[in-house]
Amino acid sequence: MVNSEQVVGILHAIGDKIIEQKLYLSELDNVIGDGDHGINLARGFLAVQQKEPAMQGKDVGTIFKTVGMALVSTVGGASGPLYGTAFMQAGKEMAGKTEIGPDDLLTILNAAIAGVQLRGKAVAGEKTMLDAMIPARDALAANLPLGAKGALAAAVQAARDGVAYTKTIIATKGRASYLGERSLGHQDPGATSFTMMLEVAADAV
Amino acid sequence: MVGFVIVSHCQKLAEGVAELTTMMADGVPVRAAGGMDDGGFGTSFDKISRAIGEVYSDDGVILLMDMGSAVMTAEMVLESMEGRKLALADCPLVEGAVTGTVEAAGGLPMEEILRDLAEVGKQNKL
Repeated sequence: MVNSEQVVGILHAIGDKIIEQKLYLSELDNVIGDGDHGINLARGFLAVQQKEPAMQGKDVGTIFKTVGMALVSTVGGASGPLYGTAFMQAGKEMAGKTEIGPDDLLTILNAAIAGVQLRGKAVAGEKTMLDAMIPARDALAANLPLGAKGALAAAVQAARDGVAYTKTIIATKGRASYLGERSLGHQDPGATSFTMMLEVAADAV
Repeated sequence: MVGFVIVSHCQKLAEGVAELTTMMADGVPVRAAGGMDDGGFGTSFDKISRAIGEVYSDDGVILLMDMGSAVMTAEMVLESMEGRKLALADCPLVEGAVTGTVEAAGGLPMEEILRDLAEVGKQNKL
């Protein structure tokens, strides 16, 4: 479905999207957090793009681990260890593989969710990126028998619905939890950035 | 002697906590790892790694963190340095730094200091 070289291309496109949307993501974070989500993540993905020469010709596992380490080393906010661990866990699952097949999509999302839960000690419903990731994974799993393209489209829609859902709940994890009820009505920046990444990946497959 | 690294989102806060420990435990190896490499708010994987290297000995190094990404980034640094004697302390930053360094100056081993630090957060101020 997607070979290593294409994976590097998709990651580059994800980086472009995050860099383009960095002010929007930071504005979302300004309201319920410390306002650095977009700026931090853009710095991280710029570092990922600079690592592209080291990713050429490597297996998907090595590529994901390289992305994870670059994010952890450069982001500086919570999204660094969270997305970093997600990519590194997915990298473990993809070790040695030079192509991502339809079933691997589910493996990758499962590993990413497990990574975020391990690092952030969060569960669904706490107004975090998990509220987009978990519904996306569930929709992907349910629709995979219909093919990767349709399954990814369903996952994107579920992630968007997840972002909308985060507006309706009070944050109990992360910096936004300090605001309590004042976090109501605002969407979670992490759920938003995850959805952007998934959108770019789904477009490319 | 056990060493300490103070991890905070804020460079000045980390430096201030490190400085405060000299009041009662001068001579204990303590390094600040606060803020990003450019001095902005955040936590830096590289800064934390460097600080550990500067105070490391076979007696071990205890990391004290403020919150959120400081905890998560410190965790990841530890995972990247497997085999070294390192631990995260679950305690309030200032009280933990003072308690820990005083005990280290008294020659206590890392395991005992960590046990006491876990109790620090349970003490009421009022």
